[in-house]
Amino acid sequence: MSNELVPVLTKRWLSPNSWTMDTYEQLEGYQGLRKALGAQPDQLIELVKASGLRGRGGAGFPTGLKWSFIPQGDGKPHYLVINADEGEPGTCKDIPLMMADPHSLIEGCIITSYAIRANFCAIYVRGEVLHCIRRLNAAVQEAYAKGYLGKNILGSGFDLDIVVHAGAGAYICGEETALLDSLEGRRGQPRLKPPFPATSGLYASPTVVNNVETITSVPYIVLGGSDWFRAMGTEKSPGPKIYSISGHVEKPGQYEAPLGITLRELLEMAGGMKDGIPLKFWTPGGSSTPLFTAEHLDVPLDFEGAAAAGSMLGTTAVQVFNETVSVPWAVMKWTEFYKHESCGKCTPCREGTYWLTQILQRMCKGEGTAADIENLLDICDNILGRSFCALGDGAVSPITSGIKYFRHEFLALCEKNAEDSYEAFLAGASA
Amino acid sequence: MTEMLNDVFGQDTRTKAQQLIARYPQSRSALLPMLHLVQSVEGFVSQDGIRFCAEQLELTTAEVSAVATFYTMYKRKPCGEHLVSVCTNTLCAALGGDAIYARLKEELGSDGKPLGHEQTSEDGKVTLEHAECLAACDLGPVLQVNYEYFDNQDPDTASDLVAKLRAGERPAPTRGAPLTDFKQAELQLAGFFEGRDLDVAGPSAAKETLRGNTVAQDRGWSAPVMPDGVLPPVPEKKK
Repeated sequence: MSNELVPVLTKRWLSPNSWTMDTYEQLEGYQGLRKALGAQPDQLIELVKASGLRGRGGAGFPTGLKWSFIPQGDGKPHYLVINADEGEPGTCKDIPLMMADPHSLIEGCIITSYAIRANFCAIYVRGEVLHCIRRLNAAVQEAYAKGYLGKNILGSGFDLDIVVHAGAGAYICGEETALLDSLEGRRGQPRLKPPFPATSGLYASPTVVNNVETITSVPYIVLGGSDWFRAMGTEKSPGPKIYSISGHVEKPGQYEAPLGITLRELLEMAGGMKDGIPLKFWTPGGSSTPLFTAEHLDVPLDFEGAAAAGSMLGTTAVQVFNETVSVPWAVMKWTEFYKHESCGKCTPCREGTYWLTQILQRMCKGEGTAADIENLLDICDNILGRSFCALGDGAVSPITSGIKYFRHEFLALCEKNAEDSYEAFLAGASA
Repeated sequence: MTEMLNDVFGQDTRTKAQQLIARYPQSRSALLPMLHLVQSVEGFVSQDGIRFCAEQLELTTAEVSAVATFYTMYKRKPCGEHLVSVCTNTLCAALGGDAIYARLKEELGSDGKPLGHEQTSEDGKVTLEHAECLAACDLGPVLQVNYEYFDNQDPDTASDLVAKLRAGERPAPTRGAPLTDFKQAELQLAGFFEGRDLDVAGPSAAKETLRGNTVAQDRGWSAPVMPDGVLPPVPEKKK
């Protein structure tokens, strides 16, 4: 059976003034909150566990399980932190979501905070998205004015404050522990885990860090129940998911589909390849997920399917590149990005991305040698799994997968150089 | 020292700094917004700005400097009236972002020298930078002016936009509020929106953002009908 689109989180985006309280309340807004406040917090944790909701920020960790790790009755304040630092190359789902429907995130924040017994929630948004920050801030003010935030929310006795916190331009702050350090007013550098944020997060207190899309899914699960949610997607990866299609397709955009849809299906919906130029390579979930090729058109894009085919689902940021794009060039550009964004804490990532960039730049200038390919792979091997966080792992993904599928393109760059050197050698010999 | 800082940062800025501190359970969390705040006054984070934050938060200037130098959005040299950020990450670059950046470098340069990254045109109007992924890939190539989106650009539209900025015009972003300038944008990033209530208006989404919805409507697709979901029982406490 082929997959059809299932607008759930994106549906309200069609409505006029969708970002306002009036529109939101007319379209079932804050109904999930009313229902949730009538339940016990532990029932909500059980509900989200039963729904099978998995983190939408890339890692796919079961959300209900994460919430259940928060120790209860420990006497410490608990915190909810929303990771809205969307910056993984290709990823562009959370920003339009918060711009078009900020109240759905806020309602999710209130329900989640109630479930984990948190009275303070911070939404950490990357700084470069001013209009999004503006809409979120306005929505928070509206929610306070309506009694959905503040003291004794809707007469329940539950208190919650939300702060919209603008970051300052650092990809690494999308890593949850770096985000926490940044939110504490420090350089955004990852922490060693354990301890995990569930026991020692913001201000060393129990903290849940969740992605925007994850928390926005919660009010719908509360309203529709776990069986309804599981009617979409696959058994291990249930629910709807926003796939962001960008690049060389006729109609790039946001397509909300059940988890497990394939690129072939998505491409058909997005009008096919732009100008009919054939597909060459693509990322299933951002540049940190190993590249796929035209061979992978029928890979089910859920957590299991993407992994089984040698990549990762990531953020479902589907970047599509056609035959006109050089793989070594694309890999060089991504590597420059990782070099710029490496926070510098761990030596393998800091030094490794520095050398990888130089080698790739040299190769793209036509000055590389075949030995550079092995050198690249060797450096990648020394980065993968050897740093505190996953930035270094992500940095090697485009390189190792690029060489795996397109080694001939890297070699072609070197062969040209070898011929030129040989001619120069002969020219020197005859002089 | 405090008196000198009072000259740069008036009572209004000090009041705002204290309001920022009051928003958080612990004061140091106010540092990032406070650095946006000092940028809204001076157009960059100066040594005075560092000292101001340190004083407000009872930190050392070394601690504040360490943070200010870590983040791309804190500028160490005065910014022009507008900050133009061109996405040159892989996807935007392949679609034309590199060509846009190259064109703007040339046009904003002087004496036959192209403008470099984070440099300002001689007239002080525009600071240019290349940016990493700006999370608008379906609208690429994108650029931003003072962190407002200009979608689906090409070298000609970008060149026209920058020429208008230099002529004192403020073209409307594709999505977002009417343009102001870099300093006013920084004030909003610090979390102060007073007097600009109308800025929140504008379209809900770009047409690209709604494409999935449009396909679903055209083909009569929708999510399963939502029943009144049943909550699970209260779990028994583990003994």
